[in-house]
Amino acid sequence: MTVELDAKGLTCPMPILKAKKAIKGMGGGEMLKIESTDAGSVADFESFCRNGGHELMESNEDGGVYTFLIKKSA
Amino acid sequence: MSEQNTKSMSIIVTKGTLDWAYPPFILATTAAAMDVKVTMFFTFYGLQLLKKELDHLQISTLGNPAMEMPMMGMHMTMPNIMSTIPGVDAACTSMMKNLIKKKGVASIPELREAAIDSDVRMIGCQMTLDLFEMDSKDLIEGIDVGGAATYMESALKSDINLYI
Repeated sequence: MTVELDAKGLTCPMPILKAKKAIKGMGGGEMLKIESTDAGSVADFESFCRNGGHELMESNEDGGVYTFLIKKSA
Repeated sequence: MSEQNTKSMSIIVTKGTLDWAYPPFILATTAAAMDVKVTMFFTFYGLQLLKKELDHLQISTLGNPAMEMPMMGMHMTMPNIMSTIPGVDAACTSMMKNLIKKKGVASIPELREAAIDSDVRMIGCQMTLDLFEMDSKDLIEGIDVGGAATYMESALKSDINLYI
């Protein structure tokens, strides 16, 4: 199951805070898909995942919208 | 994550203007989201940020040549002499609040709420309360009140200590 999070229109630190909240409610190995318009979130989600032991499966940009797919650490 | 591996951070919060309220709350909430145990010590003007109502927070244009407000495609700075005119700081504050809203930047009450939700420990400085004759009833609930030793105990155990 993939949890979806719309963080478009929000700036630092809200995409990370909302992602953390979502991840907290998920089980290990579950997927979180985040959409953001914050250019800084590209580097931020890399750090967030490295720090938390989560896997950043995808990081894409299309027309100013950044999409991240994160697999929660087991 | 085991308690032993948990990283910790302390922040001394000394400033009470709308703009300077951002760095400590952004760092505290983000650190908490990254499983860091956070302690914030609010002293002097920083104690304003623990008041129940935060509507009184203002920015000051005085001595701030780096404040370039985007306006009609250009950037406007404010000569120091303008700060002496009544209403200028209030007008700049409302400009800043509009900008914050327009750009999707979180408000200070919103960030403080997020900090509380993520169990950031907040300590209000007792000496500041006494010095400025502030009433602890005007501060939000759930905080600790203490002095430098209370902060030091936490700082000595922290991986990161910041002064903002």
